[in-house]
Amino acid sequence: MTRYIVRRLLLMIPVLICVTFVVYFLMDLAPGDVISQLAPADATPQQIEMLREEYGLNGTIIERYGRYLWRLLHGDMGTSFFLKRPVFSVFLERLPNTLMLAFASILVAILISLPLGIAAATHHRSWLDGFSVVLSMLSVSMPAFWLGLLLIFIFSLHWKIFPSGGSEGLKYLILPALTLGTEQAGNLTRITRSSMLDVIHQDYLRTARAKGVSEKKVIRHHALRNALIPIITVLGSTLGNAFGGAVAIETVFAWNGIGRLTVMAINNRDMTLATGCIFMFTLMLNMTLLVVDIAYAYVDPRVKARYSK
Amino acid sequence: MEKELILEIKDLVVRFETADGVVHAVNGLDLKIEKGRSIGLVGETGAGKTTTALSMLRLVPDPPGVVECEKLELSGRDVLSMSVSELEEVRGKDISMIFQDPMTALNPVFTVGEQIAESIQIHEKVSSQEAEKRAKEMLELVGIPGERAGEYPHQFSGGMKQRVVIAIALACHPKLLIADEPTTALDVTIQAQVLDLMRRLKEQYETSLIMITHDLGIVAEICDDVAVMYAGKIIEIGTLRDIFNKAKHPYTEGLFNSIPNIHDRKAKLTPIQGLMPDPTNLPEGCAFEPRCPYACEGCKKEQALLQISDTHFVRCSRYLEEGFHIERKEKE
Repeated sequence: MTRYIVRRLLLMIPVLICVTFVVYFLMDLAPGDVISQLAPADATPQQIEMLREEYGLNGTIIERYGRYLWRLLHGDMGTSFFLKRPVFSVFLERLPNTLMLAFASILVAILISLPLGIAAATHHRSWLDGFSVVLSMLSVSMPAFWLGLLLIFIFSLHWKIFPSGGSEGLKYLILPALTLGTEQAGNLTRITRSSMLDVIHQDYLRTARAKGVSEKKVIRHHALRNALIPIITVLGSTLGNAFGGAVAIETVFAWNGIGRLTVMAINNRDMTLATGCIFMFTLMLNMTLLVVDIAYAYVDPRVKARYSK
Repeated sequence: MEKELILEIKDLVVRFETADGVVHAVNGLDLKIEKGRSIGLVGETGAGKTTTALSMLRLVPDPPGVVECEKLELSGRDVLSMSVSELEEVRGKDISMIFQDPMTALNPVFTVGEQIAESIQIHEKVSSQEAEKRAKEMLELVGIPGERAGEYPHQFSGGMKQRVVIAIALACHPKLLIADEPTTALDVTIQAQVLDLMRRLKEQYETSLIMITHDLGIVAEICDDVAVMYAGKIIEIGTLRDIFNKAKHPYTEGLFNSIPNIHDRKAKLTPIQGLMPDPTNLPEGCAFEPRCPYACEGCKKEQALLQISDTHFVRCSRYLEEGFHIERKEKE
């Protein structure tokens, strides 16, 4: 198991380097230049050249990227051009907001999809089942930003229950978490339903019933535990989506998280900040996927046996 | 003196109402089992053996299954009128079942110890440590070292899994044990071990046993009585001796004739001609009539169970005729 984890961690290094490479080059290809935004309007070419040197933006793209990567490998993510502060501390400052939104939305998604998916599977082909299918289709096909705008329209403009934007407290969290959670609930409901349907006709459930296990426990204990693997897989990628997919939602709700920070960095051509943010996103996503893979082992002893081989 | 009746079934009817028509799985089955007796339920695949067993536990999937019964009593208690929680109490405690395929009968994500202990904890209000200890004892009883209680089903061989399934079924010393082809999925050496184990346990706990099988060898090995099922009905029932030595029903005769003869290995096998009737469309009279070499006009009418001796009954109207007999010679 430890060997497996170490191997996975080592494999992350090339992935992360590739990501910085792609982002750095794409940012460089984008029209516009951070220097032209930072320099005063009447700056002379010499002044601009000096600014370039000051920000480490002189030389060819290869040289610049090389310098960036070298510093990154030494644990230095550079300084944001615009905020004039270390990228890492800006990131850390915004991280709690993003994590809060991600976990709140996952919670919403789980609270909707697990009961709904299980009920749909145990009442296969009933109206409840049909309802769950329609609902998950709706939630998957509805763009999150549109749902967000709709919720703002209803709850902020019309009923004035929740604020339309900001990130000052719990009250501000509800609408974005609902939006993101509902969007993710669709996929999760679908998977819960289908993996429960796969399990529900297994012989070992009949064995459990024949032992005198109550129907409730048969479903929640014996069946759900077996259906959990595909559910956890989707849950992991959902969490990844919640980190990355929050970009649009954070913008719609003016939620001060990393997503919004990244959008700002890209708009300002803030090379170090944008690359740094996306680097950290990638790291978080990879870590989540690793945690998911480890979680399999705890859910299914057969997977654990495979790891230890 | 009549011994205590463990199970009494009267006129059990089970049908499955599917989109493709109604499948008549069990059509009027009567069965009585005394304490400590074992009965073999014999018949081809699709004769309704497993469905009969499941309806005793009230585990026939509904929908599509519909169970109707005049009387279904388990040691004098009416199973039909039981509430869900009463049924949960009975299952595993008074009546338990060993399922056919040990590969799929165990839950892959729980240890075998947990799966045995669960049964004990449900039915006997004991602490989890106590249940765990008892689970280990059960494992030892079926010949698996107690230390292996913490292992998962995938770490066991097929024969060992079946022994775990048996341990689960016997954990609370049920009054009636239903074994649904417990050895079909096992190879022959393991079969003998499992049968031996079941026989020992049966004697130890005076458990009544229903052995569902299509293997007459197993029946001869372990059963006191035999019931032969065909198309959802018992067509012949009697003691082991009655059935093996004095078989009356043409179908039973056919079953015995289709066993290969070890003394004459060149002899052609004599299978029963034809196939089981379609359970969605059963003939009106004797269901075996289309395949029966002795069939006559009278067989197209509903058949009653005729008494041959104190213990021996057959469902064949031709025995009403003077002097009718099947070709198979009576032994003894």
